[in-house]
Amino acid sequence: MTTTETQRAPIIARVTDDSAITETLEQIWKGKPGIGGWLSTVDHKEIGKRYIVTAFIFLIVGGLEALLMRVQLARPNLTVLTPEQYSQIFTMHGVTMIFLYALPVLSGFSNYLWPLLLGARDMAFPRLNALSYWVFLFAGIFLYSSFVFGKGPDAGWFNYVPYTSLAYNPGPNIDVYALGMVLLGISTTVGSINFFVTLARTRAPGMSINRVPILVWGTLTASVGNLFAVPAVSLAFFMLWMDRQYNTHFFDSTAGGQPLLWEHLFWMFGHPWVYAIVLPAMGIVSDALPTFCRRPLVGYTAVALATVTTMVLGFGVWVHHMFASGLPILSLSYFSAASMTIVIPSAVAVFAWVATIWTGRPVFTTSFLFFAGFILLFVIGGVSGFMTAAVPLDWQLTRTYFVVAHLHYVIIGINVFPVVGGIYYWFPKVTGRLMNETLGKWSFWVMFIGFNVAFFPMHILGIEGMPRRVYTYSSGLGWETPNLVITVGAFVFAVGILLFLINVFVSGKRGVPAGPNPWDGASLEWSTSSPPPVYNFAVIPIVASRYPLWEDRLDEGSERTSVGTGLLLDRGRETIGTTSLDAEPDVILKMPGDSYLPVLVALTTTAVFVCLLLHSWWGLSITSLLTLLITIAWLWPQRALGQIETQP
Amino acid sequence: MTEIAVSSRTLPVGSKGHHASGWWGMVGLIATEAMLFAYLLFSYFYLASHALGAWPPDGPPSLRISVPGTIILVLGSLVMWWGERGIERAKRGVLIAGLAITLVLGVIFIVMQGFEWRGQPFSLSTGVYSSLYFTITGLHMLHVIIGLLMLAVLLVWTALGYFDAARHSAVSIGAIYWHFVTVVWLAVFFTFYIAPRLG
Amino acid sequence: MIPCAMFLYIHMMSVSGLVQVEPPMAYHRTFGPAVDAITRLGWGLGIISLLVIIIIAGLLLGGIFRKRGVDPAADPRQLTVRRDAGGMGWIYIGVGTSSVVLFGCMIWTLIVTAAVAHPPVAPALTVQVTASQWWWSLRYVDDRPAQIFTTANEIHIPVGQPIRFELMSADVMHSFWIPQLAGKMDVIPGQTNVTWLEADQPGEYLGQCAAFCGPQHAHMALMIVAETPEDFTAWKHSQLADTAPPNSEEALRGAQIFQTRCAVCHTIRGVSPAGVVGPDLSHLMARHTLAAGLLPNTPGNLAGWIDNPQGLKPGTRMPDPNLSGTELTAVTSYLNTLQ
Repeated sequence: MTTTETQRAPIIARVTDDSAITETLEQIWKGKPGIGGWLSTVDHKEIGKRYIVTAFIFLIVGGLEALLMRVQLARPNLTVLTPEQYSQIFTMHGVTMIFLYALPVLSGFSNYLWPLLLGARDMAFPRLNALSYWVFLFAGIFLYSSFVFGKGPDAGWFNYVPYTSLAYNPGPNIDVYALGMVLLGISTTVGSINFFVTLARTRAPGMSINRVPILVWGTLTASVGNLFAVPAVSLAFFMLWMDRQYNTHFFDSTAGGQPLLWEHLFWMFGHPWVYAIVLPAMGIVSDALPTFCRRPLVGYTAVALATVTTMVLGFGVWVHHMFASGLPILSLSYFSAASMTIVIPSAVAVFAWVATIWTGRPVFTTSFLFFAGFILLFVIGGVSGFMTAAVPLDWQLTRTYFVVAHLHYVIIGINVFPVVGGIYYWFPKVTGRLMNETLGKWSFWVMFIGFNVAFFPMHILGIEGMPRRVYTYSSGLGWETPNLVITVGAFVFAVGILLFLINVFVSGKRGVPAGPNPWDGASLEWSTSSPPPVYNFAVIPIVASRYPLWEDRLDEGSERTSVGTGLLLDRGRETIGTTSLDAEPDVILKMPGDSYLPVLVALTTTAVFVCLLLHSWWGLSITSLLTLLITIAWLWPQRALGQIETQP
Repeated sequence: MTEIAVSSRTLPVGSKGHHASGWWGMVGLIATEAMLFAYLLFSYFYLASHALGAWPPDGPPSLRISVPGTIILVLGSLVMWWGERGIERAKRGVLIAGLAITLVLGVIFIVMQGFEWRGQPFSLSTGVYSSLYFTITGLHMLHVIIGLLMLAVLLVWTALGYFDAARHSAVSIGAIYWHFVTVVWLAVFFTFYIAPRLG
Repeated sequence: MIPCAMFLYIHMMSVSGLVQVEPPMAYHRTFGPAVDAITRLGWGLGIISLLVIIIIAGLLLGGIFRKRGVDPAADPRQLTVRRDAGGMGWIYIGVGTSSVVLFGCMIWTLIVTAAVAHPPVAPALTVQVTASQWWWSLRYVDDRPAQIFTTANEIHIPVGQPIRFELMSADVMHSFWIPQLAGKMDVIPGQTNVTWLEADQPGEYLGQCAAFCGPQHAHMALMIVAETPEDFTAWKHSQLADTAPPNSEEALRGAQIFQTRCAVCHTIRGVSPAGVVGPDLSHLMARHTLAAGLLPNTPGNLAGWIDNPQGLKPGTRMPDPNLSGTELTAVTSYLNTLQ
């Protein structure tokens, strides 16, 4: 081409089985082979799978840390771990699960599914997508880099000052945590921007905002929430690093600094974060459960609004993590009331799911079991949270095993169970094979029973006064038997996870082949082959309702989504950009191809943080310069992307 | 494959003004960076409210350098806006002039800030106030420097003839970032230099 | 019916060993006005929570297993219903009921908060608590300087009256918690948090630091001994009294070793007033436990602790003093005179 086209009226085409278009698109979109392709791919499906696999590796690491702790706590006064080892293990367990598993696994689901759900060819920023994965991976390695030498972060994932100040914690442990979290924050921010812009811009024509799957609502809400919340924790860790390395006094009570400032900043981030790690998972259930109830979700609009409301209210309750810190009663009362109010949007979702089951016709697949189990665990976690929302009661419950029970019911119940159910659901789409249902049901029951045996007694243990974060306890306090039961349950739960992982591996190799839509689902991803072609859709669909593949049977209007007929965009990597609310076609977006720039920028950025950790100022200058140059190369305007106009 | 029809609407192809994904991405970036400064200023007011003794400890910081600096930065934003309007009307020269002048003004702002830093009676580790002062103005300065690098790169791309009236989304994207940097400075300036004088 | 079920449940659990009805740190039953209203609130919200779980579980199981007529297995692609088949009613009723219950609980919570936030009368006794890694220093305040004294880890109070606690930290964050008498209050360096509690009846009430403060956070217990006013006055007088000088050769030698090796950190009132880094050891033998609740206070345990603090409480701030056998015996017999 000697000129770049500035505008085009796209052709609407129908795809038939012997179309040449699939070959053309395959050529345009496929990646390089071998290690080069592995390093340079920007395909959202590849990146999504990587996120999920990496997150599960961290889940296993965090789980092993948990099992070590449970062995140490099984009986009083055991010496399996020293106090310092225990401190590092419980800290890394929290860091790993909360930061390196819980959000990344949901990012993985969303990365893989969003374009397929939305009728697009990729996310809005494919290279940025790859960057967010690589930075996540390198940040995870960075965070573990000192742990393997026995100098891991050891002050809890919440890292309260002044115990984390240089005076009480002189080694590199806390600096690794602080810098690693700022680095990880870059990945989260970049990913959040990507989701937000993708939702705003690259949906298929006709996919108006009220037709978007709830998973998309959940991830969108979490992403916008993260954009507003993550800077608080990045700042807190940066200020702590400054206090430690450059003798500033933000948190230094001997010089007028305020230890409570750390708690405020940390929890201003921390509370919205916990909604970021569950709202997308709730969206998974809201989208997949209806398939196994053979009816659309009850109250779609209510559930979508409840999702957004939860996150908005979630910015107004952070002090409930600080109820015992001596703040004025008036302030505590407001936050207590707000923390009870936030139960209401969750109740909307729970009743929507129960109503969908009740008025539908359940199909007892493994996925359905996980989603049904999830609803019960959600409620148990929700009511224990409701109890801790009552501020004077929290003065007893906080920092005991009651809260450990609550947080595991909400994190495992509302994140892990939907994730595993979601994997059973979308595994056929991703791999082309079904997972084994018998092994699947075994894995559910072992996980469900093991989980409840492990975590329900923690409510009782908390009411019996066992504090958190203790490496051992004395006999005669009534804590022995619950702890032993909990340890046994934890190992049973681990076996359940193992069964699930075995199912993944075995089914990946020898599972029954699945067609495009083995569950008869309603959304657009089920219209593609299993696995989908690299370009997702041969023509961009034109969407007419919330449940494209069920329209004939729901028979609610005259319009029909067209998947086989749609916009032909085949002059290079292209997808359609649409308006934010009504999804009318707005621009033809030119998408970047595979590139090594994301992994290079991720490497140099990580190197910047390594240099900061090691106080290497020459290294810092060089790595910063490299990062700058590679970023400029990345942003260099390209004709192929329609960013410049000139004739050559 | 069967061609059914041609769309009735003609759509632009590629990055064009506010259709560009990059513009939306920059909006997201500005939102998150604005929150960073919101949390920084929250920290300032939180620590100020708990301070014993005078705040600021050495009295309100001088307006002698900061007011001219503020004016220079606001001027820079106006010039940038003028430059962007220039390319919207296919006047490449106006854009080049706008970028260059904004760049110079930004450099002057940084140099003036450097002088102000040197003239402070406290250092980074003197106390809580000094920790806040250097960290907040320092982080702002970092954002200004990144903005200056953006302006420089845009200047090169404009000189290479990449942009015209229809295609200059990179310029728009850089411009809103620069305006964001100016607005943040106004908030920082108000917090450090005006608020202590409000009694 | 539900409270009966709860009692039955706890009884079963206690028979099975899973729950003891009054283990010392449990707070399902409490003993003072600073916390009793909270305990009732806890039972109430707990029962409501269990009801919610049971109801939703019932609805869930009902929805899964209820009879639905002809099985559409004949046509598995058959969708069940149109979108709008009355499902919204579930949300309206469910969320409406939940909101009413939540609002009621919110009001109850605010009432309880107001009730326990301040003592009913001005406390006559104030104890200043300074928390360190990993023990508690206690200073009984009085207008008359001669009535002020310091002790460690074991707080005696008179029953039936509110006691005020001023909480300070010597190092990192801790949290002051005696569950059967009051909710937690954090101890934050750079500020003084104030809390109060009152014991209805005499007894020994166990407490523990409730904020992670380092490796030995697990071993930072404290105890409140609530006594009749007469017994409390007697205890106070014995704390204020000087200890009798050592009366045996060995104890005398022990006192000398104490002066050279221990007094730099530990104070014994009237004898060696300088040490503030470690717990005040005046009247050490009057206490129930050693090392912040780690060990019962027996001569054997005392010797064992002095000989090897790092082994018993790794990371504790007390270094191993490396005393010889005879030195150890001497010091121990001296300390045994501190009644």
